Amino acid sequence: MNTNKSRRRFVQGLGAATAVGVVGIPSIALGAAKKVVVVGGGTSGATAARYLKMADPSVEVTLIEANKDYYTCYLSNEVLGGARTLDSLKHGYSGLEKEGITVVHDYVTGIDAKAKKVTVKGGSSFDYDRCIVAPGISFKYDGIEGYDESMIAKVPHAWKAGEQTTILRKQLTDMKDGGTVVIAAPPNPFRCPPGPPERVCQIAQYLKKEKPKSKVVYVDPKAKFSKYGLFVQGWKKFYGYETDNSLIEYIKSDGVEELDLAAMTVSTTTGESVKADVLNIIPAQKAGQIAFDAGLTGDGDWCPIDLGTFESTIHKDIHVIGDASIATGMPKSGYSANSQAKVCAAAVAAMLNGKEPGTPAFVNTCYSVIAEDWGISVAAVYRLAEDRSKIVSMSGGLTPMDASDEAHRRAVENAYSWLNNITSDIFAGG
Amino acid sequence: MKRFPLRIIAIGSLAMFLSQTAMAADEKPKTIAGASASMLSNTCAGCHGTYGASNGPSIPTLAGMSSAYLVETMLGYKSGEIPSTIMGRLAKGYTDDEINLMGEYFAKQKFVAAKGQKVDADKAAKGAELHEKYCEKCHSESGMAAEDDSGFLKGQWKSYLAAQMMDYQNKDRKATKKMAKQLTKMHKKHGPSGIEELIEYYSSGE
Ligand SMILES: Cc1cc2nc3c(=O)[nH]c(=O)nc-3n(C[C@H](O)[C@H](O)[C@H](O)COP(=O)(O)OP(=O)(O)OC[C@H]3O[C@@H](n4cnc5c(N)ncnc54)[C@H](O)[C@@H]3O)c2cc1C
Ligand code: HEC
Ligand code: HEC
Repeated sequence: MNTNKSRRRFVQGLGAATAVGVVGIPSIALGAAKKVVVVGGGTSGATAARYLKMADPSVEVTLIEANKDYYTCYLSNEVLGGARTLDSLKHGYSGLEKEGITVVHDYVTGIDAKAKKVTVKGGSSFDYDRCIVAPGISFKYDGIEGYDESMIAKVPHAWKAGEQTTILRKQLTDMKDGGTVVIAAPPNPFRCPPGPPERVCQIAQYLKKEKPKSKVVYVDPKAKFSKYGLFVQGWKKFYGYETDNSLIEYIKSDGVEELDLAAMTVSTTTGESVKADVLNIIPAQKAGQIAFDAGLTGDGDWCPIDLGTFESTIHKDIHVIGDASIATGMPKSGYSANSQAKVCAAAVAAMLNGKEPGTPAFVNTCYSVIAEDWGISVAAVYRLAEDRSKIVSMSGGLTPMDASDEAHRRAVENAYSWLNNITSDIFAGG
Repeated sequence: MKRFPLRIIAIGSLAMFLSQTAMAADEKPKTIAGASASMLSNTCAGCHGTYGASNGPSIPTLAGMSSAYLVETMLGYKSGEIPSTIMGRLAKGYTDDEINLMGEYFAKQKFVAAKGQKVDADKAAKGAELHEKYCEKCHSESGMAAEDDSGFLKGQWKSYLAAQMMDYQNKDRKATKKMAKQLTKMHKKHGPSGIEELIEYYSSGE
């Protein structure tokens, strides 16, 4: 596109101008602290900022995050089910500030890869030696006819925790008994593969207790989903799935194609039509907006990177981590994001000091709470393939199908422990 | 103090050998080896807390644990000898050398006792006596002496300890002969409430 070209030329111009400036600097630069700007202070960004500072306290780390508070998406399905408050998922940035990280609350509007400069809505700009981009996801609202972003106050996605979670929870509590809750899952790839079926469980649990004449209709364009056998086992055990009294109706291999907002009715690709009292459409996903604005996505929806350092394969000195990155072999999850951030932080610390980045190691785990005292998990340990083409699972797997009741009970407690530990790891207790 | 039983190491390395062979059969791509102790140990922090200091309520603290105990336990998970909800699946992803590196790493971290656990003071007082009588010999300083190579008791998270005591009681987790003997003695005389009292004691503050 024309505008793109002219912008690129403009960027090049800027880069050249700064390059001239840089020539004059080295005498100062010799002793000057290295600067890293982290864009986005969610799960991966905050972790990277913290672990970078831990690896090399001399690095000046600036974390730019749009919001003052962060609400974890993980365990936010329990807010929908009523088992916890949104407040229990709230975190702030004072812990990171205490560890010497400069936290700026502003919205990043541009990253100039040539000038090595980040600009924010508030007008200021930040120079960097290396930049870590961690903006999470944004939504593709255009896949469903009759549906667009302006409707999310009425048709919440609740796929970014916060106000959206509160809206959906309120709709559930306001709903009459006998109502229908429709949950429409997104196509691959998306944030948290076990998230939609876990949401089905949490909402079914609420209905079972408070509104037993109601039901959840789960519409999923895919033929299967993460932890499939374990979820279906749980649906049967707790929510009467596949009986006449099922709280869950599951429409598989069939996505929502059209929305009639006035009638609160969705139609699927096979022509089924479902009237909803509460409608939760989880749209298709792509990297956070800034990844596109900074030209980090190439032709796709996500950011291609080197899997050992998370450095962009498009722009040098910029790293992309978390959901926004193409971390081939790992799911888009909070644990993945936290793990990738540590690998990236270690690589950035090494590269800033002119050293070879070390060998990466990763873990992912996702707990899902199916019912009170009934949890399941998926876990894996990963290493980087020698040809750097993918991240390879070395071991792992699912909770066994025949795990004891006690093992399921422990998994719930362990899920809560995980929440406590990962959030304190990310936000330094803040 | 106690060195870890050789049999476990033998089983551990055999399992590793087998899994590497199995990997070759699956034609998993070759991966890059040589991750540092901190790189490896940081993969555990999401569940066990930064530097292995857990915020609970059920995932145990690793920080300050002896290397011998951590290594022995990881190898036990890897071979299946020690039952677990999730560690078995994870431990298989690390070589014995990597486990040794992590053992050294966590041994260097500062132990942080679990805080704010609800405790029944009367039961805890009884538990203190039971501990002195049946357990202190191998779990000295109320089970806070890492060099005993027998895990942390006092200051460890309550739910984790309760789960371990249940597993020992059901013989899912095998105690050493001598510990089993003391456990049986204690159980015969004091029954399940003895175990409860011990757990209350370990969960109480200083
Ligand atoms: C319902 C649900 C349940 C989930 N459950 C689990 C689970 O049990 N376990 C698990 O591991 N994962 C879970 N996840 C997934 C997990 O939440 C994400 O994978 C994780 O948050 C990704 O981290 P991130 O850093 O990429 O993005 P985020 O955590 O979303 O962080 C992105 C941050 O960047 C900021 N930002 C974006 N653009 C800008 C900008 N231009 N300027 C300034 N700031 C910006 C945003 O405000 C945000 O704070 C779940 C997700 C959902 C929706
Ligand atoms: C998904 C969360 C999770 C991850 C990741 C994890 N652990 Fe664990 N760990 C647990 C749980 C839960 C237990 C209790 C046993 C069980 O149920 O699996 C445990 C128990 C342990 C124990 C026993 C402690 C004791 O007092 O006997 C050790 C040792 C241990 N883990 C080491 C590690 C190491 C080393 C790593 C990283 C390589 C790691 N764990 C990663 C969840 C985790
Ligand atoms: C003869 C020595 C000995 C005695 C006595 C003993 N233990 Fe142990 N204990 C051990 C050893 C060694 C381990 C390490 C793991 C193993 O071998 O099972 C251990 C492990 C444990 C663990 C697991 C710790 C963890 O982090 O997972 C618990 C709990 C425990 N003992 C409780 C007790 C209690 C309670 C008593 C007293 C009733 C007791 N032990 C008496 C030697 C002993």
